[in-house]
Amino acid sequence: MDLVLETKNINKHFYKPKDFHVLKDISFGIGKGEFASIMGKSGSGKSTLLYILSTMDTDYTGELYLNGELITGKSHQELSRIRNERIGFVFQFHYLLSEFSVLENVMLPAKKLAKKSHAEIEHDGIEKLKMLHIEHLAQQRASRISGGEKQRVAIARALINDPTILMGDEPTGNLDSHNSENVFSIFKRLKEEQGLSLLVVTHDEDFAKRTDRTIQMEDGRIIG
Amino acid sequence: MTNWKVILNIAKTHLLTKMKSTATAALGVTFGIGAYITLVSFMTGLNDMLDSLILNQTPHIHLYNEIKPTERQPVSLYDEFKNSVNIVHSVKPKESPKKIHNALPILNYLKQDKKVKGATPQLRAQIFYLSGSIELGGNLVGVDIMEETRLSNMRDYIVGGSPEALKNTENGILLGSGLAQKMSLGVGDRVQISTVKGAVFPLKIVGIYQSGIADIDNVQSYANLKTVQRILGEARNYITDINVKLLDIGEAPAMARKLAGQFEVTATDINEANAQFETGSNIRNLITYAVSITLLIVAGFGIYNILNMLIYEKMKDIAILKATGFSGRDVQLIFMSQAMIIGAVGGLLGLFIGYVLSRIIDNVRFETEALPTISTYPIDYNIGYYLIGIAFALLSTFVAGWLPSNKARRIDPVRIIRGT
Repeated sequence: MDLVLETKNINKHFYKPKDFHVLKDISFGIGKGEFASIMGKSGSGKSTLLYILSTMDTDYTGELYLNGELITGKSHQELSRIRNERIGFVFQFHYLLSEFSVLENVMLPAKKLAKKSHAEIEHDGIEKLKMLHIEHLAQQRASRISGGEKQRVAIARALINDPTILMGDEPTGNLDSHNSENVFSIFKRLKEEQGLSLLVVTHDEDFAKRTDRTIQMEDGRIIG
Repeated sequence: MTNWKVILNIAKTHLLTKMKSTATAALGVTFGIGAYITLVSFMTGLNDMLDSLILNQTPHIHLYNEIKPTERQPVSLYDEFKNSVNIVHSVKPKESPKKIHNALPILNYLKQDKKVKGATPQLRAQIFYLSGSIELGGNLVGVDIMEETRLSNMRDYIVGGSPEALKNTENGILLGSGLAQKMSLGVGDRVQISTVKGAVFPLKIVGIYQSGIADIDNVQSYANLKTVQRILGEARNYITDINVKLLDIGEAPAMARKLAGQFEVTATDINEANAQFETGSNIRNLITYAVSITLLIVAGFGIYNILNMLIYEKMKDIAILKATGFSGRDVQLIFMSQAMIIGAVGGLLGLFIGYVLSRIIDNVRFETEALPTISTYPIDYNIGYYLIGIAFALLSTFVAGWLPSNKARRIDPVRIIRGT
């Protein structure tokens, strides 16, 4: 199976307040179309790992590959471009820009990428919203919609540039069970219908069980 | 690659949703620039007015014979005393005529010089104005009135009558306004004057001269050069002063030195005569700029403060922008463009306010005896000040925006998103 994302011997230390070896020799890969979850206790380093994988954290040793291309050591400018084009990200707290409308929020990464015309981007944005059944919210201000809706908007935004991989940092952590279920089924559908690769950090055991693969972490190591 | 459309759109949305802060920041700049424009226009307007007051009344070069002692006393010419110490007590000034030797050829020479705008002869005479049994001391200046009005703004100081009237009236006099008041005389009246030697002449008042300086207006009057020569019983070449106007005032010192050497006369140039005046102008300019820069720095701090606050509020937005692929540079550009928009809008508004205030000042009545031609406060509408103003507005907002936006550029999105 082709690997979308691969790490080789990733190590990371926190130096403040004192030296702490947070990630120890992390090597693993995510295949194309795979829906993987990372589980572990608080402090096991799972979120830290996710932010390294997302290219936002560059302070580590080891190697990170995306679609077989070495990402480690690239400039911030290039990493921004990679994030913009190839990685979708969903956070625990929705993190929309509250002054903008829902549609504008979704369109923003595509506008930044500037590969398509404004009309095409708008069309894509509406499509993504439709897919998530929230197209009626398109012109609402992002601050005026409910938590579950916000998370779906965030997913639509993560998908706007058709990324290679979608990452989530406890995307359901802040949602009730109904909305959690909703988000899960969206992820499942994305994998099945579009062959999207997903990597989700979660506390929720039920959520993790239903994914293709669960990566267990403890004390900075992958244990299974 | 920078996507300006997206960046400006985000900057615009930030500014519009925070209208109050935006307006406060922009008004800070507006106030600073407006005050700068008003101050500098007003101050330089005043300076220029005072400059021209002095410059127009003062010749660029003044030639005359100064009363002074001979530098080489006769005793030092005598060989026998060469090796002795000579002490001469109570040295007296050298007896020399007040008249400039060869004045007419000098005048002709000067008039042919290409650097000279004009040269006018003057004859200063000590006289007494007679009013009944009272004798008022004073002086009478013989001038070539048409040349004087061409080269200086003398016409502005003739408050009654006209220079043409003097030219056409052989026994005419432009009486000092202080004298006219003292003797209750007006245009059309006659005044008796007497020379130091005692000869009495009646002159017809064809105009009143008011320089605005009481000490002058109380003693000085003008008449035709020929008239004064006749009163003194002197020949046509009897001239005590020559005033020279140059095309380029900067050449005055060099030219004065040259003329002094060439014609053996005393020549003072305008810089020498008005050294303290220049100092006054410079200090006024200095104060203007000090005040303006202070205002703009205060405005700059306002912008700095507001942007800092905005960035603090937008921490999460910055993190999300970075997570979705905006680079640190993009984020910095977003906040820089906000600063620059505030600077440009505030600055332009400031120019406008400054212009309006200048206009208002320009229409405020300002009447003073010293300046008969001025009726409102003077304003210098120099486009240069407006350019400096807008440039400074942009510069100060750029500097004020740089530090906070640089901070935004360096924000680590992971730390914000993870809440540590």
